[in-house]
Amino acid sequence: MVNGINLALQFLDSFAFIVLAAAGLAIIFGIMGVINLAHGEFILIGAYTATLSVTQLGLPLVVAMVVGGLVTGLFGILTERVIISGAWPNWVSQRTLGRDIIEPLYDRLADSMVATFGLSLILTQGTRIAYGNSIDGLSTPFGPIEYGAFSYSTYRIVLAGVSIGLLLATYYLFTRTDFGMRARATIQDKETAQAMGVNTERMYMLTFGIGSALAGLTGALFAPVITMRPTLGDQFLVESFVAVVVGGPSVVLGTALSGGVLGAILAVFSNLYGTFIGRIALLVAALVALRFLPDGITGFIEQLQKRRQESE
Amino acid sequence: MTRSSVSRRQFLGASGAALVAGLAGCSAGEGGTSTDTASSADTLKIGVLEDQSGNFALVGDPKAKASMLAIEEINANGGIDGMQIETFQRDPQSDNQRYQELTRTAINEENVDALWAGYSSATREAIRPIIDRNEQLYFYTTQYEGGVCDEFTFAVGPTARQQLGIVLPYLVEEFGPDIYTIAADYNFGQLSADWVKVLANENDANVLGEEFIPLSESSFGSTINRIQEQDPDFVMSMLVGANHTSFYEQKASAGLDVPIGTSTAMAQGYEHRRLDPPAMANIYAGVNYMEEVPTDSNTRDGGFVDRYYEMYPDAPYLNEEAETNYFSTYMYKQAVEQAGTTEQPEVIDALESGIELGTEEAPEAPEGETIRLDGATHHVDHHMWIMRADDEHNIEAVENRQIPETFLSETVGCNLPENPEQTQYTPVDYYEEAE
Repeated sequence: MVNGINLALQFLDSFAFIVLAAAGLAIIFGIMGVINLAHGEFILIGAYTATLSVTQLGLPLVVAMVVGGLVTGLFGILTERVIISGAWPNWVSQRTLGRDIIEPLYDRLADSMVATFGLSLILTQGTRIAYGNSIDGLSTPFGPIEYGAFSYSTYRIVLAGVSIGLLLATYYLFTRTDFGMRARATIQDKETAQAMGVNTERMYMLTFGIGSALAGLTGALFAPVITMRPTLGDQFLVESFVAVVVGGPSVVLGTALSGGVLGAILAVFSNLYGTFIGRIALLVAALVALRFLPDGITGFIEQLQKRRQESE
Repeated sequence: MTRSSVSRRQFLGASGAALVAGLAGCSAGEGGTSTDTASSADTLKIGVLEDQSGNFALVGDPKAKASMLAIEEINANGGIDGMQIETFQRDPQSDNQRYQELTRTAINEENVDALWAGYSSATREAIRPIIDRNEQLYFYTTQYEGGVCDEFTFAVGPTARQQLGIVLPYLVEEFGPDIYTIAADYNFGQLSADWVKVLANENDANVLGEEFIPLSESSFGSTINRIQEQDPDFVMSMLVGANHTSFYEQKASAGLDVPIGTSTAMAQGYEHRRLDPPAMANIYAGVNYMEEVPTDSNTRDGGFVDRYYEMYPDAPYLNEEAETNYFSTYMYKQAVEQAGTTEQPEVIDALESGIELGTEEAPEAPEGETIRLDGATHHVDHHMWIMRADDEHNIEAVENRQIPETFLSETVGCNLPENPEQTQYTPVDYYEEAE
């Protein structure tokens, strides 16, 4: 009964959605130990920036998307400097009060959640005040591809390609470049990295900026297919958190694997039994993963490797 | 305890009256008239709880605006029976718990004389018990699935039988008998889908399949594939809220060009304005009102649409529910003037006597012609329209006629003045095919 092509396209669609929704969150959480509850609103910034760049400034769509990513990245750096590390407020308070007023939120999960949750509320309501309950959307480019009685949006397939490209680029950035080496050194052992001359402060700032830019790019990429409204980030939040939890500590591999596994589950169940059951299946998968793989898929892989090394 | 609080209230009342007397004396110069009822005699209070943020903000905000327009117009023209209208207006943020709290506040602390509240059916059902317990006169103004027979509730929006009842037979005749239903997964969507089955049966059509979609869902790839698999002559869509709007964009980009009948799209969330063409091409909305409805009141200079944008120049759209809020405020005005009091039982009696708008003495009903409140069911015999969007999202009216509410009046036999009750009836109780 199930049309194989439908299923494959569904899978690509779900995979792209999960990977793109989760990538920025995974980087910020995996590297900085900061849970960014404003992740959805970073996606919002990207989506609004891209849409307004097209409708108000007349930029071509591709350029507008890049702008969306860049603006969100800059906003992420601002957030990191002001809220997460408190560097700028502390700079001021050092000169006026003679002491720091903000303790950096690195590796303080609960505290970072509260701070970023506050930020998300401000961003949502701020968007509502500035732009109202909705802005005019963009139309989806490329049109459909057709096969038999069915057709599918070409743009959705392009998104899948882009998500794979982004994963590869992120992998390259963190494993093959000087920046990536320093960033990973910062995660593994901050003090030693500092002793070796790595400016960990700067690493944190840039990592947060890159994670934010990815979130913004996600928003920009999805802008043509979703409704433009101040709460649009909500629809990415469940998938992104589930993907990070299921993926585990390894940022790129974890995101790719959980995108693959969860995407397959979502595609099969929503194709066979409808979108509602698809949603349920996704959450059940997350529950099962949490119960049996508390460190996610990549945590499990690491354990296996460790065990094998010990037995040898 | 009780005695001391009573005496304190009496003291406050007395000193308040003295204060009012003093003020009146100052301003009027030659001594005030009777003063202890001065403040309550020349004002009445209306509660307006509509979503201005949250999932329903887009559709709820125009309701709040239209209520305020009607209230300001009435106040400017001398109020209701000489009484100026005060308002208790809050934003429940599309949150049913907040709705319950604010409803209690409106009734118990603000003592509103009439209450307008709520966009979704889920909200209405969340606050209706509070309203019934307090015997509060309540106007529910959203188009909805129908069936609420409640002595204190005036459900003045059109029902599924009225909305789907005009659009579905037309689509069967134009395109063929095979229907696929997609609907939001809560009481409104489920019951509306049942109505599609009932109406399909009455019009010799058949429902090939139906899918219910959670309000949080915004990806419709598999839904679109399933529609293509069933290959219906047209789709009936009762999708609700901002997330579901993505469906129309996605079906256009996926090349699904089947005609769609709806009771929810365009007239409420003005998708034809917000989305890029051709997302809404070939969509037929069965509605009692849209800004584009070609009535005299809409098109005339200084008409309803003009007055709305004069008061709210930045408002994006004047939607279906806004019109319902607007005219029901005038219905309330008429009823109070007929009753000669704001006492709620008397006002309800007056409303049940059958108020009409669009007549010489009553102001216009922007949806067209005369509309009448049916006293027995507390519903309105609406003027209904089929509005179609073309490839460029231009809106044209393809059909219009008066459609009375018939489910409660004829099928159920709801007669509230004779038999007060507080029930919501559903099609499943009366039609086999709805099961």
